[in-house]
Amino acid sequence: MPIELKMPALSPTMEEGTVAKWLVKEGDTVAAGDVLAEIETDKATMEFEAVDEGTIAKIVVGDGTEGVKVGTVIALIAGEGEETQPAKPSPAPAAKPSPEPAAKAPAPEPAAKAAPAPRPDPVPQNSEEGDRIKASPLARRLAQQRGIDLAGMTGSGPGGRIVKADLDGGKQAPQAPARSAAAQPVPAPATAAASAESAIPHEAIKLSNMRKTIARRLAESKQTVPHFYLTIDCNLDPLLKLRAELNAGLEGRGVKLSVNDLLIKALGAALAEVPDANVQFAGDTMLKFSRVDISMAVAIPGGLITPVITDVANRSLSSIASSAKSLAERAREGKLQPDEYQGGTASISNLGMYGIKQFEAVINPPQAMILAVGAGEKRPHVVNDALAVATVMSATGSFDHRAIDGATGAELMAAFKRLVEKPVAMLA
Amino acid sequence: MADSFDLVVLGSGPGGYVAAIRAAQLGLRTVIVEREALGGICLNWGCIPTKALLRTSEIYHYLTHAEAYGLKAEKPAFDLTKIVERSRKVAGQLNSGVKGLMKKNKVTVVEGEGTITGKGKLKVVKDGKTTELEAKNIIVATGARARDLPFAKADGKRIWTYRHAMVPAEMPTNLLVIGSGAIGVEFASFYADMGAKVKIVEMLDRILPVEDADVSAFMTKALTKQGLAIMTSAGVEKLEAGAKSVKATIKDKDGKSATEEYSHVIVAVGIAPNTENVGLEALGVKTTKGHIDTDLYGRTNVEGIWAIGDVTGPPWLAHKASHEGVVAAEAIAGYKGVHPMDKGNIPGCTYSRPQVASVGLTEAKAKEAGHKVKVGNFPFIGNGKAIALGEAEGFIKTVFDEATGELLGAHMVGAEVTELIQGYVIARQLETTEAELMHTVFPHPTLSEMMHESVLSAYGRAIHI
Repeated sequence: MPIELKMPALSPTMEEGTVAKWLVKEGDTVAAGDVLAEIETDKATMEFEAVDEGTIAKIVVGDGTEGVKVGTVIALIAGEGEETQPAKPSPAPAAKPSPEPAAKAPAPEPAAKAAPAPRPDPVPQNSEEGDRIKASPLARRLAQQRGIDLAGMTGSGPGGRIVKADLDGGKQAPQAPARSAAAQPVPAPATAAASAESAIPHEAIKLSNMRKTIARRLAESKQTVPHFYLTIDCNLDPLLKLRAELNAGLEGRGVKLSVNDLLIKALGAALAEVPDANVQFAGDTMLKFSRVDISMAVAIPGGLITPVITDVANRSLSSIASSAKSLAERAREGKLQPDEYQGGTASISNLGMYGIKQFEAVINPPQAMILAVGAGEKRPHVVNDALAVATVMSATGSFDHRAIDGATGAELMAAFKRLVEKPVAMLA
Repeated sequence: MADSFDLVVLGSGPGGYVAAIRAAQLGLRTVIVEREALGGICLNWGCIPTKALLRTSEIYHYLTHAEAYGLKAEKPAFDLTKIVERSRKVAGQLNSGVKGLMKKNKVTVVEGEGTITGKGKLKVVKDGKTTELEAKNIIVATGARARDLPFAKADGKRIWTYRHAMVPAEMPTNLLVIGSGAIGVEFASFYADMGAKVKIVEMLDRILPVEDADVSAFMTKALTKQGLAIMTSAGVEKLEAGAKSVKATIKDKDGKSATEEYSHVIVAVGIAPNTENVGLEALGVKTTKGHIDTDLYGRTNVEGIWAIGDVTGPPWLAHKASHEGVVAAEAIAGYKGVHPMDKGNIPGCTYSRPQVASVGLTEAKAKEAGHKVKVGNFPFIGNGKAIALGEAEGFIKTVFDEATGELLGAHMVGAEVTELIQGYVIARQLETTEAELMHTVFPHPTLSEMMHESVLSAYGRAIHI
């Protein structure tokens, strides 16, 4: 009996996914642990690994198929000695792989081996490379001229081919026809609002799964979570000083702490100190977490993602720094595993590098708080009752009032400030 | 009891019968209703029989110019009855071909005049007998007919529409053609080649007014050289048909009127949609200037009523009707691969001598639309095959968007260009840019090499000029 490979639930919330790309062909022999395909979920592109060994008998759901429900059979694996093509009564015992895949098979290997020369890049292969983007020559040229990335776009042409209209917007084809008698002369109202034919020159860009998720979750957050905001100014100089000292000391180990790493640690320590703020509203109950996991917002092409650094309160700064670095890198490559971006008890978002003085972030549900960090800038500041110039940073906490009251939130912000300004306490 | 179907197609022209076949392919139980002959105007009274006539006039032209090819043909002559007979035979053959296709695809054919009596209901009357039909969806493909001049109805004796002009009982000696669209120019060309004195009168400032201005100018020159008279910005004000001639009062571009005598007049001033007695008004189907409004899938504003072809908006061409038929059938069947009609990529062909073919935007329209253009042009005289054929008259013009290299339009005059244009239509459909066209290898020696050269010329890279 061939083994049925089903669309995996790669995250607890995943209901459907896109088979982005098969990395094996029918007839290929696979071993447990081999990467079979790339599955795009609402958050990331994941590698789908083989659990059993055998021969790919049939790929049921092809490349680029969207909206494949979890549990749907996407391929069949024949075990040893099994007929690889169960559907067709093939005349001869043609169990041997056909010459075509055999001839093609050796090609990728040397390439993969040749790769790890110049950079110690943990991921040798970019998923986009080798993917044939189906687009018309004109669409390719327009995309190039306008700096649009066609990868991941699905076109309106035959077989999802990207055509000019997909890049032009406005002139887009009317919605696909409803079935037979349900014919409606009036365009469907729901999508019409969004694609309202604007007279202003524009292009309509199809939403990626990530964009859709961001849109859905943040709209839900702002609509259902009663936000309140608390801003506090912190003198950053002590923390900068500590960082310089630590970095000098850590040089030998090749670790370099960023200000953000220290702020993550400060928030983690503050939440450990004020456990009433390390909570989550859950309908009839409230979850009070005994561990602090911080989600850090990482901007990536086409959106953002929040990889999680676990147990921040108990981890060393160097461990946080290396986690943060690796997560951010892999986030930008779209290679995070779901358990790396799911969960988190609070979030941190830092726009200081853009010179943003202060901002209010949208809570990342179901979390109950997010800290928005502004730029550390030289400002007049009172130190020891005297006016001085200090590096001051404004931090704003957004809180879910259903779970956290003002006083608790204020307590957390005060603890955060204290830790930033007396950062040695973080190390204790 | 009404017979129940998934789809009724009303009218069996190139729109209707193609829609019926596509619907049948997709598993819909389909019935087609026709009041006259399967195949509609196109097969029976339009595209096909006129091509048969034009083939005759083309060969006749070669015969009368045989010397140019080193041949001798003594006093070529023709038998008008046999010319018409051949044309009718060709039409008849295709008509029975459509019958066969209906049978093969298990499309039920009901003869008679169809009227929609309500949503999903249709009655067909033939010789007083009524057949009731029921279907969830109805495609109206009733086509169009020649528009009459307000002051003179075509009588078929001296004043003709295309339909009379196709089956002449006698050869016109002095012919007036009113209107210079494809139909007018084709008949003008046919009768001129057969020896008639021909004058074309066009209301607008150039003949073939939908074509690129360069094409109109070239055709004016070419036809004038052949001996045709052409009046533009002129209108026929009065037609008086007598027993042996017609008196036509024509107002020229300076506003001066003159009355001239002709043996025959062909009225080719456009078409009128066949929307009468179809039952559209009662259902509230919306129209614009009589033509049914549809979306790009052929849906009207009334659920279950679809329309395709000449009864809907322009361009009024058989291949547009056929494609709309396919799209509508697929939309009705819920076929996944259905694509909306792209009216920007419908080629137009005129089978005169020389032929005219085009697709996409004219240079003027492209500029109007805000494009900065690159224009290529290659003359037939620069093409070896054209010279060998003795057809060195004509050109191929291409219009590109300067910024993106999109092929915005292509315009051709000359021998066989109606067979060439599809190359550019495919190029446009696939959205190729100048680069792909330049990289394409065109076979030598063919007329198609000019298509390559025209593209090269737009970028200053033409080889043979």
